[in-house]
Amino acid sequence: MIAVVDYGVGNLFSLRSSLNAIGAEVIVSSDPEDIRRAGKILLPGVGAFADAAAKLRDSGLDRVLCEEAERGKDILGICLGMQLLFARSYEYGEHEGLGLIPGAVVPMEGKLPSALKIPHIGWNALHLRRKHPLLQYVKEGDCVYFVHSFYADRCEESILATAEYGIEITAAVAKGNVMGCQFHPEKSGDVGLSILRAFCEKGANT
Amino acid sequence: MITKRIIPCLDVKDGRVVKGVNFQGLSDVSSPVELAKYYSDHGADELVFYDITASFEGRKLFTEILREVASSIFIPLTVGGGINTVEDFDRVLKCGADKVSVNSGAIRNPDLIREAAQRYGDQCVVLSADIKRVDGAFRVFAKGGREDTGMEAIGWIKRCVSLGAGEVVVNSIDTDGVKQGFDLEMLEAVCNAVRVPVIASGGAGKTEDFVQLFHALPGVDAGLAASVFHFGEIEIPDLKKILREQTIIVRL
Repeated sequence: MIAVVDYGVGNLFSLRSSLNAIGAEVIVSSDPEDIRRAGKILLPGVGAFADAAAKLRDSGLDRVLCEEAERGKDILGICLGMQLLFARSYEYGEHEGLGLIPGAVVPMEGKLPSALKIPHIGWNALHLRRKHPLLQYVKEGDCVYFVHSFYADRCEESILATAEYGIEITAAVAKGNVMGCQFHPEKSGDVGLSILRAFCEKGANT
Repeated sequence: MITKRIIPCLDVKDGRVVKGVNFQGLSDVSSPVELAKYYSDHGADELVFYDITASFEGRKLFTEILREVASSIFIPLTVGGGINTVEDFDRVLKCGADKVSVNSGAIRNPDLIREAAQRYGDQCVVLSADIKRVDGAFRVFAKGGREDTGMEAIGWIKRCVSLGAGEVVVNSIDTDGVKQGFDLEMLEAVCNAVRVPVIASGGAGKTEDFVQLFHALPGVDAGLAASVFHFGEIEIPDLKKILREQTIIVRL
């Protein structure tokens, strides 16, 4: 059973549908008990970092997530959900994240060549940095769908894959059982579904 | 590098795709779900659904169809047609749309863009503008291109982007249906005016039109078309192969 954490940010319709499509058992919930009981946790999110971080804190779900991560449960953050895994974000100010992966979320503004638009929106190719079960079905150069204006920086040791957008953008990360992808696997066609499948399968045979 | 997107657009009326598409292997040529799957499996980077239904019942049917489409294909979906209020945004987003396109609704009430962008983020709000030359100037048309609003188009687009539109679909009424290529002059004027993604629409007749579009205007992010895809005049996988041969970066 995979728990999709519902903490009031963003639309979970596509995520739920995509997990259904790969035959995963899903519960969408904000109840700490559901999240503790689940075998794996998916942390979605769109919108502003500060707002989402506050919602996690106010609901106490931040503690639940950190405890479950500590216990070794697989957690996958998607888009803003991935950014929340980091120690901090400099999205309009400075905000604390869950601190499960070392690094910081920083704006693209000012770092890209001026011809490139912000947000980084559309399909971009993944460049694989190291082998990891999460990306076991992904080939070098496979495209996935991005929509974001901030990216994870200073997380060199956790990077699984990057995408090129004037600079190297952190596309997928992992530190132990905590994983994240900046892009939307639920909107990335077959490649995206294969990543969700790999997450569901991870550790199933061990 | 980010890829150029190819986007088929489907008009839906009373829950059925208008001008059914005769692809091999499709049992129901007017089924939005079957067509969406077909395009998703055949290289489309995104799909746009326009609800051209006028009736309340038809609208309800549309959201049901949308829900079904969004449960079975996993690429970005944009929905437009009859979007006049934030509640309309809510209605289609809940059924699995990723972006919502506004046109006449924003002309009547530009604040719709601001309200929707604040609630759902800029990336969710797509401005669709129908533009036609009148006495040599670009003018915005409303109601499916039937009514001249008198507004100058580039200023209108800039205003909408400053209100929070995260993407702009530029539909040239002058080149629409003529199949002689996209309106490069109009598109260039828009690309020079805004820094959000620009989607070209109106005028695609053959593969070379897309090649020319992306070569001439590197600032254009996507090409949108309807009939050339629906009638099989251009197959998206073939189109993308040729684009790549012409050094245009696409997702294969």
